[in-house]
Amino acid sequence: MAFASDAPKDGFRLSMLIYDTRYRSYTIQIVVLVLFAMAVAWLLNNTAQNLAARGKEFNFAFLWQRAGYDIGQALIPYTNDDNHFRALLVGLVNTLVVAFCGCLFATVLGGIIGVLRLSNNWLIGRLMTIYVEVFRNVPLLLWILLSYVILSETTPQPRDFRVTDEMIAAGEEPAASMILFGTVAVTNRGTNIPAPLFERSLGSVQIGFLPVSLNLLAFILVIVASVWANRRLLAHAKAVQEATGDRPVTWWKSLLILFGPVLALKFALGLHLEIPELKGFNFAGGILVAHSFTALTIALALYTAAFIAEIVRSGILAISRGQTEAAYALGLRPNRTMSLIILPQALRVIIPPLISQYLNLTKNTSLGIAVSYLDLRGTLGGITLNQTGRELECMLLMMLIYLSISLIISALMNLYNSSVQLKAR
Amino acid sequence: MKKSVFFGAFAVTALVSGMALAGTLDDVKARGELICGSNTGLTGFGAPDASGNWAGFDVDLCRAVAAVVLGDATKVKFLPTTGETRFTALQSGEVDLLVRNSTWTFSRDTELALDFVAVNYYDGQGFMVKKDLGVSSAKELDGATVCIQTGTTTELNLADFFKQNNISYQPVTVADDSEAQRQYLAGACDAYTTDASGLAASRATMPDADNHIILPEIISKEPLGPVVRHGDNQWGDVVRWTYYALLIAEERGITSANVNEVAASTADEEVKRLLGVSGDMGAKMGVSNDAFKNAILAVGNYGEIFARNIGEGTTINLARGLNALWTQGGLQYAPPFR
Amino acid sequence: MSETHAQTVLFVRDTMLPPVDPPIAERGAVKWMRENLFSTPLNIALTLLGVLIVWWLVSASLPWWLNSVWNASSLSQCREIVAATAGEGASGACWAMIRERWHQFIFGFYPASEWWRPVLAFGLLFAALAPVLFAGQKRNQSLILLAVLAYLLVTLYLAGAPGTAFLLSLLLVAGLLVGAQLAPGKLLWFTLAFPALCFWLLWGGSVWSPIVAMAGFGVLYAVFRVGTPFIGLVPAAGAGVVAAVLWWLYLDKPVVDALQAALPFGIQSVRSDLFGGFLLAIVIGVTGIAFSLPIGILLALGRQSDMLIVKTLSVGFIEFIRGVPLITLLFTASLLLQYFLPPGTNFDIILRVIILVTFFAAAYLAEVIRGGLAALPRGQYEAADALGLDYWQAQRLVILPQALKISIPSIVSTFIGLFKDTTLVAFVGLMDPLKGVTQIVRADINWKGIYWEPYIFVGTIFFLICFGMSRYSMYLERKLKTDHR
Repeated sequence: MAFASDAPKDGFRLSMLIYDTRYRSYTIQIVVLVLFAMAVAWLLNNTAQNLAARGKEFNFAFLWQRAGYDIGQALIPYTNDDNHFRALLVGLVNTLVVAFCGCLFATVLGGIIGVLRLSNNWLIGRLMTIYVEVFRNVPLLLWILLSYVILSETTPQPRDFRVTDEMIAAGEEPAASMILFGTVAVTNRGTNIPAPLFERSLGSVQIGFLPVSLNLLAFILVIVASVWANRRLLAHAKAVQEATGDRPVTWWKSLLILFGPVLALKFALGLHLEIPELKGFNFAGGILVAHSFTALTIALALYTAAFIAEIVRSGILAISRGQTEAAYALGLRPNRTMSLIILPQALRVIIPPLISQYLNLTKNTSLGIAVSYLDLRGTLGGITLNQTGRELECMLLMMLIYLSISLIISALMNLYNSSVQLKAR
Repeated sequence: MKKSVFFGAFAVTALVSGMALAGTLDDVKARGELICGSNTGLTGFGAPDASGNWAGFDVDLCRAVAAVVLGDATKVKFLPTTGETRFTALQSGEVDLLVRNSTWTFSRDTELALDFVAVNYYDGQGFMVKKDLGVSSAKELDGATVCIQTGTTTELNLADFFKQNNISYQPVTVADDSEAQRQYLAGACDAYTTDASGLAASRATMPDADNHIILPEIISKEPLGPVVRHGDNQWGDVVRWTYYALLIAEERGITSANVNEVAASTADEEVKRLLGVSGDMGAKMGVSNDAFKNAILAVGNYGEIFARNIGEGTTINLARGLNALWTQGGLQYAPPFR
Repeated sequence: MSETHAQTVLFVRDTMLPPVDPPIAERGAVKWMRENLFSTPLNIALTLLGVLIVWWLVSASLPWWLNSVWNASSLSQCREIVAATAGEGASGACWAMIRERWHQFIFGFYPASEWWRPVLAFGLLFAALAPVLFAGQKRNQSLILLAVLAYLLVTLYLAGAPGTAFLLSLLLVAGLLVGAQLAPGKLLWFTLAFPALCFWLLWGGSVWSPIVAMAGFGVLYAVFRVGTPFIGLVPAAGAGVVAAVLWWLYLDKPVVDALQAALPFGIQSVRSDLFGGFLLAIVIGVTGIAFSLPIGILLALGRQSDMLIVKTLSVGFIEFIRGVPLITLLFTASLLLQYFLPPGTNFDIILRVIILVTFFAAAYLAEVIRGGLAALPRGQYEAADALGLDYWQAQRLVILPQALKISIPSIVSTFIGLFKDTTLVAFVGLMDPLKGVTQIVRADINWKGIYWEPYIFVGTIFFLICFGMSRYSMYLERKLKTDHR
């Protein structure tokens, strides 16, 4: 080694940039950097030329123009007088909501199916295998289209709920009725669910451009406070138990602490449910959950659940049989074996691929285009793009937002992942 | 990585070598083929049949332009465009001409740098409802669910109309006409709004057409027409005058059946100029002298195109209405061919 | 005890009794059901639930399937036939639509007289894949080639291929078969030539254009070989690339024209706007994966590299592509690509989509291959270094062959994902089988209002293809696992 390192003494030659390992990596990097910079410059130059040729400019001022179109599902206040930026926000919220609901349902469903696939029940095992194979091997687009068609074709029209005087006289029942004790109406337009109303509302405050309901804030605060108080109570009980051997009776105190303040707040604010009612063409009151949202969520959940089921199954199978046997030998019952021994270990195997499924699901929400769900792609990348003709700005902005969402989700999930992984030393 | 964009672009440019020249007319001639942006499938206006041949009202205008420029109405390539991709496809030169029931509006004309060269169909946005809904005017639609096609001017018109009349509605956006019709028939919306021609076409194909009515309100003006890129006036002229030639032909009673006969026998100077018997009108525009004759021979006059694709007697069964010639009380009026 | 017992016994059986059947609950179907369906209360509940679901599905859809109509010319006629045979108000499937339009779902608008070309290209695809999947294995390659031969015999006949084409393609496969017997390793050359052959078969035109385009690689290699002794390895490679690019940019077209003028030989050219249905999906999927493989390998190596700039660029590209939905990339292909290219450049939307899909697949493949690289034991890298191999030699001879082999199942599943995702091209106006063709069929006045049948038809084909591939990749995984341990 000593010989090799002090051999080249005879000055610097240009060819050493390529053939000498000491310099080669710098040469390559500089060449790559120059090529990259040239390519970027070339692209920017082309873009500038093309924009000039079309008499367009590159700026985002159009975001502050009046949007002029309506959005069926707006979770933050929006009218067609608001600007395109607000429409973008509405779309973004819609994307996030559908992604969140999709992930939630997909995880629950996928977990259940993954466990059931391992069940020793022959029929259920086969059914679950069929489910997984069918949903994994057919494009998601088909599931979205199908679930939308099924929802709007098999559910009754709002007018089927109508009760007229003649019908009462004839003793007839309407063709359809509301479910869940007459609070939820499923029509072929969407699902009308009751809305919470407050008689003595605290109003809301504007934070930035998003209004935040003080009522909701109050409830969250009270619930967090009661949970915290309850934990203190239990900790105290445990301390007493360890000191004296007698555990004080806590269940009624717990109940009181957990539910008392919430109920008190409910009556103080006068919280009640507004039940949807058939008025005119549609159900009025309550909240309308459009079928485009429901269909997209269902399809995303069903499709992703098939993948998650496989992840869960392989995660459980990855835990060696010896772990179960050891747990039985310790006298643990099957349930506790599962929850204390198998699942905590399986989770370590399950979580990394689960993260990428969540990311896939979030990106797949953009397929809402198939059912015209007005998510980020539908507002910013759809109607706004179309009405303003600013495809460069809209598409770049949209990609940037999707990229940020993906990076944030993967950062959060990786944080969680590192907290459940084995701490290797 | 951008490096491969670069090389990919290079290689593909070399393979396809579709460098656009200065004028679209020269491009089309050099290519020997007209690329026409069409709808992805709209009954009566433009849709391919079982053997892949495109047919329809808008499609025939493309064929007429091909007949004028290239002398052959079959040398057209139809590129289906969606509501989102249509104007970009035109701006980028991917298509030479866009005939895809697009509404002429101020901002499209100015901001998007497009040129609407003519209006081949005067339309207006209307509403269709089921008869048993008991509605006779769009103003009674307070609280109704309305199906609209996304990516069109209709959603803006709709928002404006309901706002002006101070009534509310629940929009259901749908991607295309057949999906909108399915939703409307299933009762997922109370009313379906789109251009009145589209409504009539939809209604005509419904199994129970009598149970549906089109409300009297027409809430917007929808002049639909062929679009070309801004700044290429020669090409704009070719498309505009192809269209007007078809109109003049109808005005003068020239059809695809009798055009050869008329050309041989006519004494009318304007007809002579139109059919290239006298003068050099075609050459002035950069096409052959008998170009318009070819177009009429290939697709017929405006009235024939209308009758064949969407007129009374077809399944779509539209009356001429505003689209009748000015001599018959309509708006279709061609400048003199001189 | 025993004596008393012996005295009380009056009878001792001295012959064996024939064995009695186990109790009814412990044998046959009953036992099986008890064990597999009704072992615990939870299982009983689950079984009942399963039976209910199956019953509900079957009873809801069976009449619809049974009342299928195969011969009709429009949806309304279908409905009349169903009403006439099954009574008013009955529902029935209208497969007559598939009967009339099946070719659009498979080939799009590809001219019927030329259907044999995609069919042939599809068969040859497997012939080209065989040397990659079974490098140097005489038996497996021959088996695949025989299957391809049989497939071509049947399908080319059905598609009505012209006699010469029929004969030539059979001769080609037969030649490959002989090649597989004599030199199974050399068949890789066919794989390398296949993209050009496939391009020519699908798009048609002069036979010289693919040959001359491929000759660009020959130019690259020739310049490289000739230049190496004079100017050294790396500059020669650079010069080769420059020469090849110049060849493609300036000499390609005149040479093709000259050759075509001298020896006119070609087949009818087919415009890409006629591509549709599964033909389009397979073209986009296969080209995407094939071209993304080399890019993906480079990206994976770049991501593992010690060079900061190379690594940053690779990571940036991979994370960017993986962070945005495919649909935004497709819209980029359709709306933005022309902003990024020199003014006036314009090429086919299918090519643009393929470019973007290639980038998309490359980012995913890079991660898959990185997994393969990471799975290799550290000792392999060290052993390659110890042998004195330089970086590229080590990668080419030691690392990549093993890493790629481990990654094959994941590459297949990436391909399955990509193949399913090709349906999204409908949103930029291309005729994918699921939405594009269906929309066209539904715009036809005869079939307006039909929606279950096309989805079921297309979904079934997708299922068969994807399920087949996923089973095959599982088989490969098992096979590769055993020899890795």
